[in-house]
Parts: sequence; C-alpha cells; structure tokens
Amino acid sequence: MAEVSLKKIVKEYEGGVQAVKGIDLDIADNEFVVLVGPSGCGKSTTLRMIAGLEEISDGEIWIGGDVVNDVPPRDRDIAMVFQNYALYPHMSVFENMAFGLKLRKFSKDEIRKRVDEAARMLDITPLLDRKPKALSGGQRQRVAMGRAIVRNPKVFLFDEPLSNLDAKLRVQMRTEIKKVHQMVPTTTVYVTHDQIEAMTLADRVVVMNQGIIEQVGAPQELYHNPATRFVAGFIGSPAMNFLPVQVLDDGGLKVQLADGTKLAVPAQKVDRYGPHKGKKMTLGIRPEHLTETRENPKTGVQRMNALVDVVEPMGMETLVHFFIDGIAMCARVDPLTVARPNEILPLAVDMNNMHLIDDQTNKLV
Amino acid sequence: MSATTADQARARARSNSGSLERQRKWALWGSYAALSAFVIMFLTPPFYMIMTSLKTSAEISAEKGNPWLVQNPTISNFVELITSPSFQRYFFNSSWVTALVVIISMSIAILAAFSLSRMGFKGSQTIATCVFLTYLVPPSLLFIPLFQIVGWLNLLDNTWVLVLLFPTLAVPFCTWIMIGYFGSIPKELDEAALIDGASYMQILFKIFIPVALPGIIAATIFAFTVGWGAFLYPLAFLYKGEQLVLTVGIVSELIRGDVFAWGKIMAACVMGALPPILIYTFLMDYYIAGLTAGATKG
Repeated sequence: MAEVSLKKIVKEYEGGVQAVKGIDLDIADNEFVVLVGPSGCGKSTTLRMIAGLEEISDGEIWIGGDVVNDVPPRDRDIAMVFQNYALYPHMSVFENMAFGLKLRKFSKDEIRKRVDEAARMLDITPLLDRKPKALSGGQRQRVAMGRAIVRNPKVFLFDEPLSNLDAKLRVQMRTEIKKVHQMVPTTTVYVTHDQIEAMTLADRVVVMNQGIIEQVGAPQELYHNPATRFVAGFIGSPAMNFLPVQVLDDGGLKVQLADGTKLAVPAQKVDRYGPHKGKKMTLGIRPEHLTETRENPKTGVQRMNALVDVVEPMGMETLVHFFIDGIAMCARVDPLTVARPNEILPLAVDMNNMHLIDDQTNKLV
Repeated sequence: MSATTADQARARARSNSGSLERQRKWALWGSYAALSAFVIMFLTPPFYMIMTSLKTSAEISAEKGNPWLVQNPTISNFVELITSPSFQRYFFNSSWVTALVVIISMSIAILAAFSLSRMGFKGSQTIATCVFLTYLVPPSLLFIPLFQIVGWLNLLDNTWVLVLLFPTLAVPFCTWIMIGYFGSIPKELDEAALIDGASYMQILFKIFIPVALPGIIAATIFAFTVGWGAFLYPLAFLYKGEQLVLTVGIVSELIRGDVFAWGKIMAACVMGALPPILIYTFLMDYYIAGLTAGATKG
C-alpha cells in the first residue's frame, strides 16, 4: 500500500515568496501521476517536498498511510531519478545500483540478484562494470532508473528525467519508463514541463501554474475538457487558439469575431452556452479543428478565410499560421495542402469542438 | 556569385587564415621565451645547490675553476650527514611533525569544508569568508602574540608546539580549497545519496572524499609544504638540538659563527627537498582532473 496524499501543502521561502500555495492531491496505489506546468509553477518543489529534500512550510504529506513531514528522505522508502542522472562518478554501474542496498545492509547475494534483474529489465547488463563517464546520456538515465528500481521502493519520483536527452532518445526512454511501470507497478510521481510526456505517460495529469493545481484528470479528459484557459492553452501542441468573441442571438446562437465574422454555435451546445448570450467571452478552438475547407462541410462546421502568414510542413501534417484581427492563430491542415504565404486559405471551423471561456474567471463554461 | 568575386573571397579567406597562423606562431614563440626564462630562473638555484653538494670543501673554497661545474664529484657530504645523529634527529622530527600536521589539518579542513559548503546552515557563507580572511593574516605578524600563548602553555622549545601551530596556517587555506571542490560537486549527488539512505558522514566518506580527491591532494600538498618547509615558527619557538626540525637544524648545526659548511649545507638542502619532490611526484600521479565526469549531464 503506497498511496501518496498532499494535504494543503505550502512552500514559502524567506521573504514570503510562496512556491506552492496550499495544494491538495491524492495519488492512488500504483498510480502514475505526472505533475506538469511551466517553469516556476512549483512542480519540482512539490516533488522535492514528497522526497523530503525540501521542508514543508505548512500542510501534511502522507506516504503509505503515514505522515512523513518530519521523516528524513532515507526513511520515506522512496527512490528518485534526477534530471542530471546524479550517478556517483567514482563507482561502476553495478556499484551505483547497489549503493542504496549496501547502505541498507542487504546480503551480497540479494544485491547481486536485484541488480542483475534490474539490469536485465533495462538492458544494461553489459554496462555493469563501466564507470558513468563511459556511458551515453540514455545509458546513464537507464542506470539512474536501475538504481531506483533495485530498491523496490513504495514510491518512484522522477524529476524531469528526460530533459537532457535529445528528441529521439527522449521518445525511446519515454516508452522505456512506461514499460518499466507496467512491469513493476509502483506509485509514481513524475515531473515534466513537456506536456506530450505528461499525456503519454500519465494515468492522471496534474497541471500546475503559479503554485496551484489548475486541474487534475486523465490525459484525454484534460485535452477535451480543460477546466481553465491555462490548461486549455498548455495541454496540446500547437496550443489552442483563443479569440475574443461576442455571444449573440442572431437567428440562432452565434459567436461574433472582432472582424464581424459570425460562427453558429452547434445545436448540442446551445443549452450550455445560451445563458452567456450578450457576454464578451473567449472562443477556444484547437488547430486540428481548423482545417482546409471541404465542399460539403458536415453539420456544425463553418467556413472562414485566413490570410496565410507561415506554412510549416511537418511530414504527417502541415501547420498554417495566420492572424485574425492581430491575433496569431494556427491551423493543422492536410500535408498535401497548397497553402502559400500571403494567399487566402479557406478554412473549415469545427464548432462541434469549440470552447467558451469566461474572461472574468478564466474558466471554461 | 560570379567567378571573380568568389576568387576574391577565397583569397581574402586565405590571407586571413595566414595572418591567424602568423599570430599563433608569434604567440607560441612568446610563450616559449617566457617559459624558458621562468624555468632558468627557478632551476638555477637547485642546480647550483646540487653541484655544490657534490664538491669537497677545498673545491668550494678554491678560486680557480668554474663554480657551476664539479671537478671531483664526491658524496662525502651526504654520507657525513646521513651518519650524523643530529641530522637524523632533525629529519625524524620534521617527518613526524609534518605527518601529524597533514593529518590534523586535512581532517579539520575536510569536515569544515563539507559542513560549510553542503549543510547550508545559517551564517555558513559568512563563516566561509572568515575562514579565508584568517589566511590573509601574515604568519610573521602572528608569531609575537603566539609566543606569549605558547609560553603560557609551557610549550616553548618543544617540537609539539609545531603540531599545534602549523594547522593554524594550513587549515584556512586547505578549507578554502576544499570548499571550492565540494562546491563543484553537483547538489543532486548528495540528494541521491540521501535518498539512497546515506547519512551525512556516509555522504562525506563514500561520495565526497572519493569524488573530490584532486582537491584533497592539492590541499594535502599545501599542508605538507607548510609542515615541512616552515622556517619562522621553528626558529622562534625551538632552541635545543633534539627539538629542532630540518629547516632550522641545518642552519644551527652547519653554520657556526662565520664558518659555513657549504658542501654539507647544500647536501642537507638536497636531502630536505627530496621528500616534497617525491610526495609531489607520487600524488600528482593520482591527481586526476575531471573525476566528476559522468556524474551528471556533460
């Protein structure tokens, strides 16, 4: 049993600066939770407080049913993988992995067994006699993971473990981490600023911003039903487009853009957005819901014209950047598009996937 | 680009690289010249010392012949010194005093540097600066008040006084060196060890000391030099023959009034210089820079 609970956790530094402002979070046994957010949002501080590397200013941290506020890191039965690997440079890979077990007075046979098992799982058996300096970045990160796995801890903590790897290796290691979690199901708290990493790895994603939790939810839920403008903009790449609109009744519920373009609200959303008639709000629409227009758009899809600014072919798709009333927008279109800069591109706006944001509360309605 | 402009660009690039090559050549010649002057300046006294140590007293005092060369080399000066009980005593005194000074100084410096650089207590920065400031006080200013203190402690003319005093000279600088080395070790390394279950002492002995070995060696060499080569404090605090260390012993034994036993003085200097040279050579082999390579991303 290794649930982790954060109850009204506060981290205040000297001078009154609050890095974490009273967050609550319950993590279930064997759950993989990812804390994601921009730099300075308090995610790493939260992780370090769980690890016991930072003192808590207020609140309680529970691990496996015990309050651990005053328990030193070594007695919390946790293992941590750092962004910079933090391997002991004078020890071999084997010694690095065995270090924690030796300190805990495990027998030599048990240490050998556990290290061999973890090395096999991570495919680093041939590297056991090498020193860290003779390893590549990816291999070092595997060793760091191995060092955590051999301990068989209650909780795994990962502090941006893939940030120092190149893009290709990052994708590969992401899969490895997921595989390891499947093989050794353990409660895991993973910190990253990369929302793709968060989406692909997590059972639940915790989006943090300025020391508070904006939303907790499954990756798909966060993507399709963001709770706040911040989450809507942070989750998804390229980010969601935001446009100021006026909600009005003009022969049916519509939103009017600043340039006068009127887009009808689909029937299934009228009940939800109807009460906001007459208000100035923000329309949120993801780039994939702006596509090159088709001859017969399906119900709820409407047309608008965009003056193309930049075209970015990505291979499997093409991103088209344009401006509407001075606001930068992005559309995800067919890779075979004929869109060219400074030309008009007719776009289909899939209003079935529209979001409306209250400008006062910054929450989605 | 036309063929003509391309040719001009190539010619310009060639001329630039030629000028860079010339500058590099001059810089190298300058460096060699400066280094040669430096080497000659520093190696001349030891060379003269070795040459003189191999001469007989008659050859040293002879007016004829080149003073930089030996006509009839002899090791009699060395033999006489090695078989002299007083020289053996000085050598022995210097050895045990230096060994104790190194052990005491390094033990204090390593513990102090670790706590100041890693344990992050209130005022650690100020204390670290103060430690260095104490090193800036010249020892020649300190020996007068120290004389008073040593007198109170009844340690005048006792070799043990050096074991008490030399660490006061060695510890501040050794601590400063070690603070720098410990500071260069990534913070994540101690955090990883803390999570792995290590206590602060285990972190120090199992992680920091092996990783900071180059720094420890540098500090050890410094402490050794302080213990072995100091002249002022032994001269001020020790008087009797059996208490003397090598530096002062050579002077008091081999200079009698205005009679200088130059051959033996130089032979004693050669033998006195040997241990530091051996220690430096031995430790330098272990002075592996960049020992932290591989600890973190690099």
